[in-house]
Amino acid sequence: MAAVDDLQFEEFGNAATSLAANPDATTVNIEDPGETPKHQPGPPRGSGREEDDELLGNDDSDKTELLAGQKKSSPFWTFEYYQTFFDVDTYQVFDRIKGSLLPIPGKNFVRLYIRSNPDLYGMCPFWICATLVFAIAISGNLSNFLIHLGEKTYHYVPEFRKVSIAATIIYAYAWLVPLALWGFLMWRNSKVMNIVSYSFLEIVCVYGYSLFIYIPTAILWIIPQKAVRWILVMIALGISGSVLSMTFWPAVREDNRRVALATIVTIVLLHMLLSVGCLAYFFDAPEMDHLPTTTATLNQTVAAAKSS
Amino acid sequence: MAEAEESPGDPGTASPRPLMRDLKAVGKKFMHVLYPRKSNTLLRDWDLWGPLILCVTLALMLQRDSVDSEKDGGPQFAEVFVIVWFGAVTITLNSKLLGGNISFFQSLCVLGYCILPLTVAMLICRLVLLADPGPVNFMVRLFVVIVMFAWSIVASTAFLADSQPPNRRALAVYPVFLFYFVISWMILTFTPQ
Repeated sequence: MAAVDDLQFEEFGNAATSLAANPDATTVNIEDPGETPKHQPGPPRGSGREEDDELLGNDDSDKTELLAGQKKSSPFWTFEYYQTFFDVDTYQVFDRIKGSLLPIPGKNFVRLYIRSNPDLYGMCPFWICATLVFAIAISGNLSNFLIHLGEKTYHYVPEFRKVSIAATIIYAYAWLVPLALWGFLMWRNSKVMNIVSYSFLEIVCVYGYSLFIYIPTAILWIIPQKAVRWILVMIALGISGSVLSMTFWPAVREDNRRVALATIVTIVLLHMLLSVGCLAYFFDAPEMDHLPTTTATLNQTVAAAKSS
Repeated sequence: MAEAEESPGDPGTASPRPLMRDLKAVGKKFMHVLYPRKSNTLLRDWDLWGPLILCVTLALMLQRDSVDSEKDGGPQFAEVFVIVWFGAVTITLNSKLLGGNISFFQSLCVLGYCILPLTVAMLICRLVLLADPGPVNFMVRLFVVIVMFAWSIVASTAFLADSQPPNRRALAVYPVFLFYFVISWMILTFTPQ
């Protein structure tokens, strides 16, 4: 007991000399990032502390920043806590988007781009998903309009319901699938010692950026050719699937071979399900709708011929 | 809305604010939007009357005037209202989280007032639609909507862009672009029964 007291007293002393603030508050603040790292339940990684130091050092690192120490440890009900997630510049966002478009084997997307600033939360999941929702809804509307352009019987309606459905699907995918994946990785992490483990926000981030490729794909889906659409699906799936696979392969590599492969296959399969589902639901198939119109015009000409 | 007004008014008088003064303030802001200059008037004396009027007008014009709504594809009044206000709040939150130094209601005020060009476009489109439909009709509407869309963007960025540090300006402006693009799309695809 006496030894413990001595240790505590020494810590107290260090805090007082180096921080010169309210000692109790500062000791609590120092311990907070270690004990309750945000969104990282489980054994706190040793690298977490280095990241904190790195981030604190990246600011105008006076002693005052280090002394305050509040930047990373505001309680979650304050505004500043969420502001730390948006600490990103325009060029960083563009770099990450480029990284998601050009998967290079060997370069881990997360490690390269996101690990240096893991608190990315604002741009990628939310605004990319929002853009994707509207891109799909608008392109679907446009393509239906173009397909039915010549028909007299078709009255164009902007199908507004589809926007809300699209929003639900895409946001659910972008948040629930990473949640499930993260839970699964954490569970495997407890069984097998993995070298690499991702936090929930990083997985959300990777998924958000991987959905970016679908924005130009959705716009190009306006072209009412079945072959073109399926080629686009393949290309988009190839790119984003490979980015996701290469990101998550190190996380499951250490595991049982079959479990690792099953994980990767599931990830890619869910991605494909999303893209094919969106294509099927929002975009009418071009050939199938022309058949009724040709029969209709045929009947009309036959009727006209009979009546004359 | 007396407590919401922060512009210098009569200090401590008991008489209610005259309606004309509020109307004049709203009208002045409309002029500021139509001729966007870098001035602080819109930011300082924010009020939400103007955006409310504009939003209600837009939603009334955009909704299906259909009692028979079996082919109801367009947005309802409530949907337009929700999109405009929810979109404006989200953009404001985004801009504040990125570290902008503009207050919440100021940003809402600016975004709301800059819907004015698009409301004008909606009026023009409705008038144009009274003529016979056809590709020319559509071209005219498209042109009007594009011009008004550009005007809205220019007006709102003139006010909002200064509040962000330069390395994040694009990140804060892009949601504004998306917001007005969606509203323009709703206006353009409006077809009366």
